[in-house]
Amino acid sequence: MAGSKEIRTKIKSVENTRKITKAMEMVAASKMRKAQDRMRASRPYADKIRNVAAHLSFAQSEYRHPFLIKRDVVKNVGLIVVSSDKGLCGGLNTNVLRLSLNQMKTWEAEGKGISVSAIGNKGYGFMNRIGAQVKSHITGLGDTPHLEKLIGSIKVMLDAYIAGEIDQLYICYTKFINTMKQEPTMQQLLPLSGEQLGSPTGHWDYIYEPEAKPVVDELMTRYIESLIYNAVAENMASEQSARMVAMKSASDNAKSVIGELKLVYNKARQAAITKEISEIVGGAAAVSS
Amino acid sequence: MANTVHIDVVSAEESIFSGEAEFVVAPAGGGEVGIYPNHAPMITTIKPGALRIKQSSEQEETLIFISGGMLEVQPGMITVLADTAIRGQDLDEAKAIAAKEAAEEALKNRSADIDYAAAQAELAEAVAQIQAIQKLRKTIH
Repeated sequence: MAGSKEIRTKIKSVENTRKITKAMEMVAASKMRKAQDRMRASRPYADKIRNVAAHLSFAQSEYRHPFLIKRDVVKNVGLIVVSSDKGLCGGLNTNVLRLSLNQMKTWEAEGKGISVSAIGNKGYGFMNRIGAQVKSHITGLGDTPHLEKLIGSIKVMLDAYIAGEIDQLYICYTKFINTMKQEPTMQQLLPLSGEQLGSPTGHWDYIYEPEAKPVVDELMTRYIESLIYNAVAENMASEQSARMVAMKSASDNAKSVIGELKLVYNKARQAAITKEISEIVGGAAAVSS
Repeated sequence: MANTVHIDVVSAEESIFSGEAEFVVAPAGGGEVGIYPNHAPMITTIKPGALRIKQSSEQEETLIFISGGMLEVQPGMITVLADTAIRGQDLDEAKAIAAKEAAEEALKNRSADIDYAAAQAELAEAVAQIQAIQKLRKTIH
């Protein structure tokens, strides 16, 4: 029975692989549900703060926040890249990084300086390897994105914008469309454009307590943070569903490989039996003649 | 029916409270403010503290602790944008400095220019791998 032992070992090993991918698939499925809930939970805050920010951007006349002022000459660009911490999630990170890289190439061709903030291990590693100017990074966010962890890195970019080190700020992340579909997206964060905020619903102004500037400052920072938090939450939901799909196809592949190997194994076994019988028959014929 | 105002308390990570209220007391940046329905439009910062919501004269007050945020008041609606993290100018600054230092540390011993060719090759390789796997899968089935 030449080779049949090897085939048996191979089948065993593929079966073990399948068990692992199956388990990972189920873990990703349950995490995905939670990630989606979290994504939805952050929506009311984002909607509310957008309404307020929209109103402020139109109603405010005595003080305009730097985030709302468009700069004529764009010399330097900031980019926040949101990626996952772990791999084994199909083309998720590759797609985001490719989109970022293409955009960065265009910027560099236009003579703009680029600084990068990386959220997630994969993007950080990649940006480091290609030699991008990484201004800040956060890795190891875990399964729940906490705004508290993001604040430091975001502030580095916002400070750079206010100080004039960068004139535009973009974010690149994977948009969650549905379980089967995720799309890498590039979005401009700063300066805030009017269309992004929508139009106001009246012509009145707020009473500012204690005064306009600190209130508007705080609100704008929070607005940007909520946008970034949303992007991170969406990216996490995308990551889990991409991983689920990738692991599902891995399990399916393992199944078909096992099927084929079993076929080969049975053929080899059959051939060995046939060979043995013909040898016995041949031997018996030789004795009786 | 008593005169009430709708109040939403939301944070970036979850929705905390939503309902009608007769009277709301919030720890605003300049001191506590009490808000009755039909208050003039106002926007202010909130200090860490307790938010007191009186839903009706019979019920007990609802107490919500918030670690800061923003308060927006409109005649028919109050929105509290609560912070999830404990914030402060110094705390934020410290976090930003820590983030910056970590990045600068990582930037040392590194060439300054972006090697687009190598990066693109790396990504192209990953894409090619995925495509090859997909093709392989098609031929198998």
